[in-house]
Amino acid sequence: MSTVALTEAHHGSAGREWSGPAPKRIVTGYGFWIFILSDMVMFSAFFATYAVLLGQTAGGPTGRELFDLRNVAIETAFLLASSFTCGMAAIAADERNKIWFQLAMAVTCIFGLGFLTLEGQEFASLVVRGAGPTRSAFLSAFFTLVGCHGLHVSGGILWLVTMMAQVYAKGFRPDIQRRILCFALFWHALDIIWIAVFTIVYLLGSAK
Amino acid sequence: MLGKLTWAAIPFDQPIPMIASGVVALSILAILAWVVIRGHLPYLWREWITSVDHKRIGVMYTLLAMVMLLRGFSDAIMMRAQQAVAFHGQGFLPPEHYDQIFSAHGTIMIFFVAMPFMIGLMNFVVPLQLGVRDVAFPTLNSVGFWLTATGALLINISLVVGEFARTGWLPYPPLSELTYSPGVGVDYYLWAIQISGVGTLVSGINLVTTVLKVRTRGMSYLRMPMFCWTTLATNLLIVAAFPILTATLAMLLLDRYLGFHFFTNEAGGNMMMFMNLIWTWGHPEVYILVLPAFGIFSEVFATFSGKPLFGYRSMVAATMAICILSFMVWLHHFFTMGAGADVNAIFGIATTIIAVPTGVKVFNWLFTMYGGKVRFQTPLLWSIGFMVTFIIGGMTGVLLAVPPADFVLHNSLFLVAHFHNVLIGGMLFGAFAGYTYWFPKAFGFKLHEGLGQAAFWCWLVGFYVAFMPLYVVGLLGMTRRMQHYDVPEWRPWLIVAAFGAVLILCGIVLQIVQLVVSIRQRAKLRDETGDPWDGRSLEWATASPPPAFNFAVLPEVSGEDAYWKFKHPATEQVRSLERPEYRAIEIPRNSPTGFVCAFFATMMGFALIWHIWWMVAAGAIGAFATFIVFAWRDHDEDIIPAAEVARIDGSNRAQRHAILSKEAAE
Repeated sequence: MSTVALTEAHHGSAGREWSGPAPKRIVTGYGFWIFILSDMVMFSAFFATYAVLLGQTAGGPTGRELFDLRNVAIETAFLLASSFTCGMAAIAADERNKIWFQLAMAVTCIFGLGFLTLEGQEFASLVVRGAGPTRSAFLSAFFTLVGCHGLHVSGGILWLVTMMAQVYAKGFRPDIQRRILCFALFWHALDIIWIAVFTIVYLLGSAK
Repeated sequence: MLGKLTWAAIPFDQPIPMIASGVVALSILAILAWVVIRGHLPYLWREWITSVDHKRIGVMYTLLAMVMLLRGFSDAIMMRAQQAVAFHGQGFLPPEHYDQIFSAHGTIMIFFVAMPFMIGLMNFVVPLQLGVRDVAFPTLNSVGFWLTATGALLINISLVVGEFARTGWLPYPPLSELTYSPGVGVDYYLWAIQISGVGTLVSGINLVTTVLKVRTRGMSYLRMPMFCWTTLATNLLIVAAFPILTATLAMLLLDRYLGFHFFTNEAGGNMMMFMNLIWTWGHPEVYILVLPAFGIFSEVFATFSGKPLFGYRSMVAATMAICILSFMVWLHHFFTMGAGADVNAIFGIATTIIAVPTGVKVFNWLFTMYGGKVRFQTPLLWSIGFMVTFIIGGMTGVLLAVPPADFVLHNSLFLVAHFHNVLIGGMLFGAFAGYTYWFPKAFGFKLHEGLGQAAFWCWLVGFYVAFMPLYVVGLLGMTRRMQHYDVPEWRPWLIVAAFGAVLILCGIVLQIVQLVVSIRQRAKLRDETGDPWDGRSLEWATASPPPAFNFAVLPEVSGEDAYWKFKHPATEQVRSLERPEYRAIEIPRNSPTGFVCAFFATMMGFALIWHIWWMVAAGAIGAFATFIVFAWRDHDEDIIPAAEVARIDGSNRAQRHAILSKEAAE
């Protein structure tokens, strides 16, 4: 993706004099990384809460009774595939190829919406079965953690559509290129979070 | 249509909030009327409200902090007065009002005085010290400021529309749950902090990126002034700690709004989880507040002793050690939870260890003064006052870190005295030192010295008179947050404490007088060269106030104390006066994004508090539309032509030259 750009203008590496303010692309990417780290700290608070409240089912259903791992596997597949197509979009943006960019972003969007649909169905079926977030502390923690990730994906899709519109209207301006870089970082980071959700919430939660 | 909002929300029957809010509303209206009638509104809009210049934003943050300090202090003096008179009686504040006052006092002082004061100073100073033209993300910086202002506004609205929380400055469940706090008070707290928390996070990301990626040529890490190091440590803590606060308060919001069970008594909720989560943010937070102050003192001690900072590298190491250790001590805020002797012992030891790097710093400051040509001007007075006061506060802190002692002193006025001792003696004295020290840089004239010293003495003596008695009543068994009491032994001490608060009030009045007098005498107090204190770092290498672009040509740094190195060798002095080759400078274009965004955030916050759902949706759409408009703009930079740069820079050079040749002639 942007590794070339990130290494060729590397500033102030050890041993050499610091050569002055870094170029905008580096500064923006760096700042966005810091944001992603802060976002992960927020998720870690929800993960810790989930771990504490995992056994607090208040006589209600447990994870083993509720989770449908086949559904979760399909969700995971959708999200990983969307990360691949998001990478394609970033390459297309580097190559300044509008058609491939729009195509790859559109496919990413479809995968993302597919993921959200499955998650929405899961949430709805849980609520219908009387296992909504108000049932027990365990379910509160589950809905909040997974829902927070889902909200991030929804926000990501809003951002994705905005980027498609921007590239359509304005082309690959340098500032828009920087935004595409940030969007790609965001989308991949959501994948990393999902891997943790899959492992800790669904796999470990099914064992209980 | 208006959710839970009715006329009953306005407390017509309670004179104190009605008079207070009436006075506030009248003064705001008077200022607005003056601004409009004198035709200053376009200027304010163009040069301040939409400004993305880090210096302007820094000044606005500091101004917000000072205004809110007045509000927070009014709460404080009401509490001291209440406890002085409420012996065997009800005093003049009914319990439900008194509870709101101590909650608002803590919330305002931490989130809307201490935080914006420090963020304001960092914003103003750090790019200048790093020798660059702006922070990493100027528009985001403006958004961060205005979101902080939104939080402050919401808290002040609660004075007159509805009520504020009665739960203390941290809303501990289950008291803060809907069952026990059914009103809108806790909701005001939660949304104000959530919105301003976003602003703080944005500012943290911005300053971390600035320090790590936007420094002038040759400014390697170990050449940065100490204040830049403490800024880095503080903002790393903001980035790592504030998301935990956001998550924790989000859980409480879900409990209150949607009936979740994170912290409730029933359905498996765990209220002690709230204490753990909130203090994993809360303990780093106290270092977020005090580390920038440590940086300010480091600058002040070196400058006013005419010596480089003693033990620069150990200072850097101590700062970063505090940064990491601050995440390992949170449990000492609730030793009485019952985690067991082993857990308490580990956190007790970790807490005492954190005093070590702080001790390193104190010795470094002392040795910086040792053998120097010390000038006892106001910034240095604040710093020496800090050193003495902070050591006392630190030692009572180490005492509280011993779990058996904490079991006795927990939640007593001893604890209240301790944290005021470190917050006023550490953070606030630091803020005042920084305010006096950098004021001439921001506005081009110094503050009046005599009035500054008078204000310092009132504050210092007032602090001791107000808070030392609280240690005593704490040891006599008085718990915090008491609306009335009937123990005769406490009464004399509480009357003395109230008198101390009056002395502090004198200090505040003197500070206001100092500001007014200094503005009136600005011609006499003018800083012609831009280097009024014989400073050592790069902010003193440019004019006061600095031009929009800070430096006409980015300085090149070859060692620590960058400006001292330019200034002192005679050859360098001549070279720095040679006319450089000027080029056109691009500066980020002003943008109302931050202000408009905060407008919608205020609307959303207010609507969420009062359950006005259509207005929530309108605010969300408005905020998103603002970002789209911002993203769609075609020009994000203005260009200052080379001739204009030469004209602005030339006049400062001429003034410096005149003074240097005068000195040379003498």
